[in-house]
Amino acid sequence: MEQLQNLAIELVQMLLVLAPAPLLIGFIRKVKARLLRRRGPPLLQPYRDLFKLARKEVVVAESASWLFRAAPYLIFAATWVAAALVPTFATGLLFSWSADLIAIIALLGSARFFLALAGMDVGASFGGLGTSREMMFATLAEPAMIMIVFSVALIAGSTQLSHVAEFTMSPAVGLRISFALGFVGLVIVAIAENARIPVDNPATHLELTMVHEAMVLEYSGRHLAMIELSSQLKLVVYVSLIACLFVPWGLAPVGAGLAPHLIGIAAYAAKLAGAGALLALFETTIAKMRIFRVPDFIGVALMLGLLATLLRFMSRSL
Amino acid sequence: MDHLAFDIAHFLAGGLVLISFMLLYQDRLFALLNAFALQALTLALSVGWQAYIQQAPHLYITAAITLVFKALIIPVALHRMVARLGVHREVETVVSLVPTMLAGIALVALSMVVMLRVTHGVDPLAREDLAFALSVVLLGMLMMVTRSNAVSQVVGFMSLENGLILAATGAKGMPLVVEISVAFSILIALIVVGIFLFRIRERFDTVDLQALDDFRGESR
Repeated sequence: MEQLQNLAIELVQMLLVLAPAPLLIGFIRKVKARLLRRRGPPLLQPYRDLFKLARKEVVVAESASWLFRAAPYLIFAATWVAAALVPTFATGLLFSWSADLIAIIALLGSARFFLALAGMDVGASFGGLGTSREMMFATLAEPAMIMIVFSVALIAGSTQLSHVAEFTMSPAVGLRISFALGFVGLVIVAIAENARIPVDNPATHLELTMVHEAMVLEYSGRHLAMIELSSQLKLVVYVSLIACLFVPWGLAPVGAGLAPHLIGIAAYAAKLAGAGALLALFETTIAKMRIFRVPDFIGVALMLGLLATLLRFMSRSL
Repeated sequence: MDHLAFDIAHFLAGGLVLISFMLLYQDRLFALLNAFALQALTLALSVGWQAYIQQAPHLYITAAITLVFKALIIPVALHRMVARLGVHREVETVVSLVPTMLAGIALVALSMVVMLRVTHGVDPLAREDLAFALSVVLLGMLMMVTRSNAVSQVVGFMSLENGLILAATGAKGMPLVVEISVAFSILIALIVVGIFLFRIRERFDTVDLQALDDFRGESR
């Protein structure tokens, strides 16, 4: 019976992360437009874009290999699995035992690996350029994320997300500087990984500045729809991860009834909306960085992760 | 309650170390001065909290002195000096950012290892304060070594002094007289440094201390 309930929660969770992913992007665009005193596109525009792309014909370069065709689906699958593992509204997921922070990093890393391969596959110059830049950021962002995860895991005593969330909700957590440092670091990593403004501009197609867009320039039709959807999903993964680690309030505990789960869903929707509004506000107030300044920016996240781990060791050895 | 008191002290002292890193990261002088004011404000909060948990009323005076002198008077004075010198657009570091940060992390690790070994069996609050204070002092020195602009070096020196105050409050028993005289000597140091800044500027048309080395014939 409990297995069945957990399976139901898992299925709801998989839909719950996928369905609002384009809506989140639409919401961010809308808030940004309103902050600039423009009307902005309607909230459902990203869905329409996806349907339009899915119906269109696919144009593939002659030099493309099978990898180029397979990569969008592989990327989407890896991102979706990662999204299904992060507890968003309930901790009692069926795959909770495998919802390891390191597994999630590995899934996201393999998605990036395939995206980079696909970017270089055709042999056009833009793909290679975007890929090399993305990889330059990734070599710094990934160790930063791992350091942050280590510090959080050291505090909570587990790398399993549901345990960490339970620990953060318990009164034992107190006030931890390592948590604060990890939070700031993870936000920086999330901004860098999702190609948001100070690192990369998601709305640009200017040759000199684009990073993520340059990599997927060769894609069209349903492949592009898959890529777009998985990058939208990736933003949801990061928001859910930050929410689960640092603001887990509202998560329904294991074996709870229907009402806590509904509250959990409402809390999750509020968290997504809050994160989207904050991201939009942040992006409107800041300019994009020079590309060679970005390693410094992500280096800060790495430094915060190292510092959080150091401080954690310090307070433990007292 | 006791656990929470320790946690808040740990949080504020850790925040001081973090702001020291922020100082290392800034390359604009006005941003640097703002970060310095923030560090002084955090220090005042930290000292105030120590006064509360140690029930030592004279520490409240230390906190007030820190707040008035180092969070208000010195940043405003330096701000004006930078504006009058017209150097607020200048950016220069001798060593680039990433090695500096890594050196800073290494220094923090070093000071923790040293302090935790040396102060075995002391009150945990004092141990932790001393370790953080040593890191702030070392980071202030690192800042003085890596910057060639005279104003940044002054800020490095002042942040080093912030670390000393943190150490003194953690150690229980710095007399108030010493505290006040240190605060005034910092102010006098500021005046002397200000005069020197304008003299250097008059002489060499720059506040980059590399010019002094060149003048002595020690060009790199």
